[in-house]
Amino acid sequence: MLICDNLVIEQDDFRLTADIAFGAGMIMALIGPSGAGKSTLLAALAGFLSPDAGRVLWQGRDLAPLPPGQRPVSAIFQDNNLFPHLTISQNIGLALRPSLRLSRHERAAVGQVLESVGLAGLADRKPAALSGGQQSRAALGRVLLADRPVVLLDEPFAALGPGLKDEMLDLVKTKLGAAGRTILMVTHDPADAKRIADQAVFVGDGRVTPPVATQTFFDNPSPALIAYLG
Amino acid sequence: MAQRAVAIAPRWPGAAAAALVLVLTIGTLAAVGWRAEWQRGLSPADWAAIRFTITQALVSAGLSVLLAIPVARALARRRFRGRSALITLMGAPFLLPVVVAVIGLLAVFGRGGMVNSGLAWLGLPTITIFGFHGVVLAHVFFNLPLAIRLILQGWLAIPAERFRLAASLNAPVGRLLEWPMLRSVVPGVFLVIFLICLTSFAVALTLGGGPRATTVELAIYQALRFDFDLGRASLLACVQFGLCVLAAAIVWRLSLVDTMGVGLDRVVQRWDLRWPVADYLMIALVAAFLFTPLAMVVWRGVPGLMLLPADVWAAAVRSVIVSAASAVLCVCMALALALRGGTLTAIVGVIPLAASGLVVGTGAFLLVYQFINPAHLALPITILVNATLALPFALRAIGQAVDGIDRNFGRLGASLGLSRWAWVRIVVLPRIRRPLGFGAGLAAALSMGDLGVITLFAGEAQQTLPLAMYRLMGAYRMEAAAGAALVLLVLSFAAFWICDQRGRGDADL
Repeated sequence: MLICDNLVIEQDDFRLTADIAFGAGMIMALIGPSGAGKSTLLAALAGFLSPDAGRVLWQGRDLAPLPPGQRPVSAIFQDNNLFPHLTISQNIGLALRPSLRLSRHERAAVGQVLESVGLAGLADRKPAALSGGQQSRAALGRVLLADRPVVLLDEPFAALGPGLKDEMLDLVKTKLGAAGRTILMVTHDPADAKRIADQAVFVGDGRVTPPVATQTFFDNPSPALIAYLG
Repeated sequence: MAQRAVAIAPRWPGAAAAALVLVLTIGTLAAVGWRAEWQRGLSPADWAAIRFTITQALVSAGLSVLLAIPVARALARRRFRGRSALITLMGAPFLLPVVVAVIGLLAVFGRGGMVNSGLAWLGLPTITIFGFHGVVLAHVFFNLPLAIRLILQGWLAIPAERFRLAASLNAPVGRLLEWPMLRSVVPGVFLVIFLICLTSFAVALTLGGGPRATTVELAIYQALRFDFDLGRASLLACVQFGLCVLAAAIVWRLSLVDTMGVGLDRVVQRWDLRWPVADYLMIALVAAFLFTPLAMVVWRGVPGLMLLPADVWAAAVRSVIVSAASAVLCVCMALALALRGGTLTAIVGVIPLAASGLVVGTGAFLLVYQFINPAHLALPITILVNATLALPFALRAIGQAVDGIDRNFGRLGASLGLSRWAWVRIVVLPRIRRPLGFGAGLAAALSMGDLGVITLFAGEAQQTLPLAMYRLMGAYRMEAAAGAALVLLVLSFAAFWICDQRGRGDADL
């Protein structure tokens, strides 16, 4: 379980509260208007922001003392998910060794992940030589290789066309979901949630509602969700 | 208020670099202030030096700006072959060693130079380059290109649509668009050049001198080197510091355009152009004024190469070592400070702009002379001072790049758990190659040509190439000095070019 225990985050005159539990091994969609605090919540879970009150717990353990790099959490952001001056295999290898000094076994593991996300043969390319979809695949590959149970997706596929985006969402489900990761995905698009999410969460007016099964979430929408969907 | 929980870069090297800069600037100033003989007051000669310093800086800055305005206007509205090359070359005087330029100016305007030969042939009285007008001439030579580039940026910052609008209204472009721009840009340019001329030592050393053409810095040098009058040297150093702080405080209040000049290639389409001849004449005259002396350095330098004594080559080797060490130190400090960021870095990044090499040198002299023969420390201190004086320029280039990396990749690095040193090694260093190379090149070239603090410390055995060249000039061995000038010119530009090119190599960002 990933628990936000009476979490309060304040930034200037913005205030976000969250008191909810996310089930382990589930894919959850965070939906809500822009500026509602979806990305802020992910930043607090990842450790980029320290909350003003409350705790974040994973499997009963308080994450507060852990810096971002030592949390059981990996993240894919909207952009800048790959270092442009490193090759694809180096970028993915960072998941195992932040020093980039990989053993033979680790190098083999990188090769397997490359194949698994459909990038075999592109190991020595730099990100600029890849298409947008391939870059997303590489970022997914790195998350797949990292031994971290929680995955935060902050609209990483927003810049892709609809077909490519669906392809990536399916990849998230078949690779990361199947590996038992707990996935929190920020999205603007109800179709994304319906496609892969087990549960959905509404973020609005500085509050985070408890997770509801995606089907129920859209079939019996809350007034706030109705206002958002229009 | 939620705090950012990410502090990814190492912090202590930045603190160490800041400490070094503060010791060299504030620390040496304290030494100078403590040693100054305040009760003695300023002699009439000192007052004359202060007056001369301010007057020549005012006149130099005024002339540079006045001449720059029509040239910048011509460059802004005319399109011709070689225009961008000309603008690029106008960045060169920043890297040009002062003594080299002086050799070139002497070849044109000096006794037996081109101008005097022409005057003699016409039967007119000859001119002399030494004294007030020589100092002003050299300062205009150095700062006119800077003024042109800065004012040209102002011109090109006027949106093309405004010119179109003015043309359709048949409105006077000069009063409507150009005059307001000049009024906002010119005061800043004037003050920057005023500040540069206020602290310029080598020009006064070579072309000034005597009771009527001595700057404060030159007086410091003479008090220390010839009279060994530490009290007077310190007092004058305090005066010089006061002048610099005053001018820097005024400059600080003005927002300045970027001096590195990107995007000067644009030519705005205009509809109000009548007399192209006047514009092209201006451009040709300025180009001749700027490049004839440089051509003369090469022309006279080549035969001079044969006449170079062996100790000049030894001095050249010393200069290369000083330049390389100072460049390495400068970029290391700049990188450490950029990684640390914050207020301390911002302060340390501008203090050296107000510091003068001679004031720092006098302070350093006072700190060490009781314990060790200053000549033994001539090269290390020159390296330290040169690295510090070049720091603001390197820090500006590197700091912006490091900030950008933090903004774009800080979270990715933190979430991957990169250690502080891995962050620097894997992410920062490969991504800042370009500004790092540029900063190193700048520091190397400035240090290669520096004739400032070294003059206070060095004996025969420690002289660098600019100092050796100055001594050749002092001994009236002008052919050999011209040869040394050519060597120095090549070394300075080569130092910049090599560093800058290394930064550009296969950088796929």
